[in-house]
Amino acid sequence: MSLLVTKEGIFTTVQDLGRFGRKRFGINQTSVMDAAASRLINILLDNDQSEAVLEMHFPACEILFEGDAIFALGGADFGVELDETPVENWRSIFAEKGSVLRFRQKLSGNRAYLSVAGGFEVVKWLGSASTNLAAKIGGYKGRTLKKGDQIGLKTKSARSEFISKQISRSPIPPYSQFPVVRIIVGAEYELLTPLSKQALKQNFTISNDSNRMGFRLSGEPLCLSETKELLSSAVNFGTIQLLPDGQLVVLMADHQTSGGYPRIANVITRDFPLIAQLGSNDKVAFQLVSVEAAENLALEFETELNVLKAGCKYSG
Amino acid sequence: MADGCYRIFPLGDNALTIEFGTDISELLNNKAISLAGYFEAQPFPGFIETVPAYTSTTIFYDLVTVRNEFAGFATAFEAVENIVENVLDKLDKASENGSRIVEIPVSFSESRALDLDFVAESNGLDRSEVIEIFISKIYRVYMLGFLPGFAYMGEVDERIDLPRKASPRLKVPKGSVGIAGRQTGIYPLESPGGWQIIGRTDVELFTPHEDSLCFLRPGDLVTFVEVETSLQ
Repeated sequence: MSLLVTKEGIFTTVQDLGRFGRKRFGINQTSVMDAAASRLINILLDNDQSEAVLEMHFPACEILFEGDAIFALGGADFGVELDETPVENWRSIFAEKGSVLRFRQKLSGNRAYLSVAGGFEVVKWLGSASTNLAAKIGGYKGRTLKKGDQIGLKTKSARSEFISKQISRSPIPPYSQFPVVRIIVGAEYELLTPLSKQALKQNFTISNDSNRMGFRLSGEPLCLSETKELLSSAVNFGTIQLLPDGQLVVLMADHQTSGGYPRIANVITRDFPLIAQLGSNDKVAFQLVSVEAAENLALEFETELNVLKAGCKYSG
Repeated sequence: MADGCYRIFPLGDNALTIEFGTDISELLNNKAISLAGYFEAQPFPGFIETVPAYTSTTIFYDLVTVRNEFAGFATAFEAVENIVENVLDKLDKASENGSRIVEIPVSFSESRALDLDFVAESNGLDRSEVIEIFISKIYRVYMLGFLPGFAYMGEVDERIDLPRKASPRLKVPKGSVGIAGRQTGIYPLESPGGWQIIGRTDVELFTPHEDSLCFLRPGDLVTFVEVETSLQ
């Protein structure tokens, strides 16, 4: 059983929760952008949470089911239809052999995720199925999906006892085109001038040159009270750096492992999905919280996922 | 650590960085490498990975596991900070990292040394003088980063140093040897990049094989030797 790409999307890749343990060699995590969405739909399908998914941008590809399968969608809403029937996000759906999944219009968000019950058959590299586009390895042949690509499913046939299930609202991130994203202070935050600390509270716009490596923000420029030449050191998913022109960049899933720009703040894990679903011209505001609050919010989400997981176990 | 001087700060809610100083030094770099090596060999519950850099080590952890395993601390950050502080005391007595010496053949032919003329001109030298000065030094690998297997090496003689290009190249060929300020590095893959390219090597700096991912590692000492353009 497999899926066939019958029409190419602009940027579809295979991703999972990331490739860890090799950052010190310059090999980054290259995970899904919105881990909450991919974990949620995997739990819904009774998959391992770290199962690989397809991450799609709009216009997305068109997909033919070459056999019966159960799938779920999450993250962005691209007005999806299975043959001519609209299908919702966050719901397990049965697709008959020969049916076609089409992504009609961009209704909300920027990254849609598709998972299949049982998972995709992809070769792991260094413990992960994520696509490393810089090294051209991992995922599907180390590249974005093209027309004619066939991606196998681990399960040979769909379960006959299929029952449609839906995720309750509570663990779904409160996506918005103008979210308040919580941050904790970074190593160089205290070097910001008082005015720049105020400016960090402004509404920023996501600029056009934003991608899986990072989102460039545009707004009133910020500056440090002393210019400091920094040595390169590790950076993280969510690290907010101050560029020489006074603008900020938020590092995302494909970011480089190290950097040398001042680290103003870091997006908290809980709010990664909110920023990950933004696209150019969307807006974002930041709110400083303590490390303790950030950790507690992450733990709270794990608890919600565990509740969902308990409810999604198939009997037998 | 001998001078006991360092700063620890969060790098997000799932990582922290220990910074031993802000100036390039072999001593501080050794501390960073030793600390990273310690945790790679003796991980704590929830440990994910380390990234040793010029004068810092970053430790990534799973905050859920750390919170559960070290419930006596208010935060995972404090728990890992405490673990690090205890290890730093022990590392005081640790010996030096054994440095490997690695030789890398480089071709400085015109077709491969894309910016050699520019580097020479900008420093008031001719091509052969730049090459001579460049290969007469032994470079230390301070860290890997940027691309898989990309080694940041230093220090380049100030007679031939040059800042990054104002506008990066869209495609720097694989194997290109570049200069950025007083750093030198080799592109393991074709990639966009802004370093001034003065030569190219055929050595594979990165392979996708799990047991031999990177040719160079932090702490290595590197010498470049000039080879004729018999390289393909």
